[in-house]
Amino acid sequence: MPGQPDYPVQLVQPDGRRVLDPEHAALVADVGPEQLRALYEDMAITRRIDIEGTALQRQGQLGLWAPLLGQEAAQVGSAHALYPDDYVFCSYREAAVAYCRGVPPTELTRLWRGVAHHCWDPHAVNMTNPNIVVGSQGLHATGYAFAAHLDGAEIATIAYFGDGASSQGDIAEALGFAASWSAPVVFFCQNNHWAISEPVRVQSATPIARRAYGYGMPGVQVDGNDVLAVLAVTRQAVARARSGGGPSFIEALTYRMGPHTTADDPTRYRSAAETEQWARRDPIDRVRRLLEREGHWDYAFELRVTEHADEVAHQVRTATIDLPDPAPTELFDHVYTTPHPLITEQRREYTEYLTGDPDEASARPEGVPR
Amino acid sequence: MITTFAASLNVGLRRALEDDPKVLLMGEDIGRLGGVFRVTDTLQKDFGDSRVIDTPLAESGIVGTAFGMALRGYRPVCEIQFDGFVYPAFDQIVSHVAKINFRTQGKVHAPLTIRIPFGGGIGSVEHHSESPEAYFAHTAGLRVVTPSNPADAYSMIRQAIALDDPVIFFEPKRRYWDKADVDFDALGRDAGLPLDRARVCTTGTDATVVAYGGTVATALSAAKIAAEEGHSLEVIDLRSLSPIDFDTVEESVAKTGRLIVTHEAPVFAGLGAEIAARITERCFYQLEAPVLRVGGFDIPYPPAKLEKHHLPDPDRILAAVDRSLAA
Repeated sequence: MPGQPDYPVQLVQPDGRRVLDPEHAALVADVGPEQLRALYEDMAITRRIDIEGTALQRQGQLGLWAPLLGQEAAQVGSAHALYPDDYVFCSYREAAVAYCRGVPPTELTRLWRGVAHHCWDPHAVNMTNPNIVVGSQGLHATGYAFAAHLDGAEIATIAYFGDGASSQGDIAEALGFAASWSAPVVFFCQNNHWAISEPVRVQSATPIARRAYGYGMPGVQVDGNDVLAVLAVTRQAVARARSGGGPSFIEALTYRMGPHTTADDPTRYRSAAETEQWARRDPIDRVRRLLEREGHWDYAFELRVTEHADEVAHQVRTATIDLPDPAPTELFDHVYTTPHPLITEQRREYTEYLTGDPDEASARPEGVPR
Repeated sequence: MITTFAASLNVGLRRALEDDPKVLLMGEDIGRLGGVFRVTDTLQKDFGDSRVIDTPLAESGIVGTAFGMALRGYRPVCEIQFDGFVYPAFDQIVSHVAKINFRTQGKVHAPLTIRIPFGGGIGSVEHHSESPEAYFAHTAGLRVVTPSNPADAYSMIRQAIALDDPVIFFEPKRRYWDKADVDFDALGRDAGLPLDRARVCTTGTDATVVAYGGTVATALSAAKIAAEEGHSLEVIDLRSLSPIDFDTVEESVAKTGRLIVTHEAPVFAGLGAEIAARITERCFYQLEAPVLRVGGFDIPYPPAKLEKHHLPDPDRILAAVDRSLAA
């Protein structure tokens, strides 16, 4: 398609040198040393959160964790392109996006510990909770974006999903609806190259971003380990959406350095050589090299970031361990918004069974939290 | 005024659109065509194509995007063109629409109404005559209802749209052209029976027949014939399939001592089984005979020329009444 580069957009090379790309560099021309340091800091903190999540799972404090290790640039770069009134629909690996949206670190693990099916209040940060069914959120985002358009709200809605999800019918349907409705939605595919054990080649014979052209929307491939490039292309897509230009598609080429989840063993399906090759493209090292090369790195900054990251990780740890198990009768809360006789009856019977007290069983009406 | 079932729904949808700017209709062919059953006739002309939206042909897309719109405060009413086309949307309905309130502990609602013409009796082709209600009644978080007559069609669609819970709204398509005298103004928005209440259509003393949707009229025909034969049947229109108004059924069975449940859906693991089990628990000492079920066979919906054998008719209901009375 004319005007669409057939290579990934890149603004910083793995060794920290800038790439000459006037079109995309212009989109991040305002990002000076301080903003660059801020991007670095968010990436370092979210990596630290992620490591803590894995450690908490290994120690039995979490039932599961989906590590984002290696995808910090794709998540932090794109999240920094969003405004507070934009709305985010995510998959289950977007802890870094959530952190950048202002989700308190103490709320990141609730779902993974198994005390609830959600982590945070979606409307408090304009971001949905981890979505476990792969790809379905593409449709939710499209509907939300179209509703925002009907409201006359000049906002963007973004849907995060992976290369595996790109095979789901719901993503195809979402692209069709979004194009048909000119919905202000950004499809952000983190192609991390592995859907559990399946390499991306099992999902697609062409670059995933190219599918966008068939739906009549721009599709761009970006180096997903280059935080500046991701910020640039996401800003472009968000600006397009917010100004009424309709949907667009971003494929961020990145790599899941760790397992799919803490229940997965990637050594069964991929080589150490491949992982090492991607480790040399580490997204955080790249920003550090850029800062060093341009004279904005110093030990005091490094120490401050490390201390901040440790503090956030400590918050995640203590909050996780402090999460109490829910009361048994919470089983019956919020199944419906309005009383439902079957649920009311089962709550009463089970409470009576647990307590042996018919009075307590009928004391609390359905839907009223403790 | 004298109106059809389909026209009553149309009035109900029109008034919902008038009353609440957040209500919108979505579906295939619902705009200029007015829907394949004309339920949405003239609504797009009067409310515009951003309130009455012709969608792409993708059922998961219809429900999935409606869900997203609900997250922004809208109250979408989705039309699934035929029962057998709802399956591509099944994941969106059971995994997302039904669960979001529970998942977020009440922080996010999904006040969707999903209208599905269901059941047979119109001589149609495959995938156009199915009764998938048990799949949805089995799913926590959904309400499942089905009106059987024009007045209920109006009042129940109004109540369904106003409810904050998602509602699967089954429309018995062979009743779309049934006529009745309906006073819409007297019914208002909230009038009529509460959405989750069953109705005793005819009172009787010898046996209770529970029906819903398309089979209510069949059960009433059976009761009329039974009366001529000297048997008094009490016919209950369930109206709500989740929750089920067991109190009304229990009260009736306590009086008659006998229960026959009839529905078009295959009998195995259907709603009849649920009703039989619950009423056996509740009325163990009042029942004079085992609860009997008269339903569709446990087969894929048959070709049109055979559907009269598959669908419960008054004779099969009466045969069950005879078995019950003989017990």
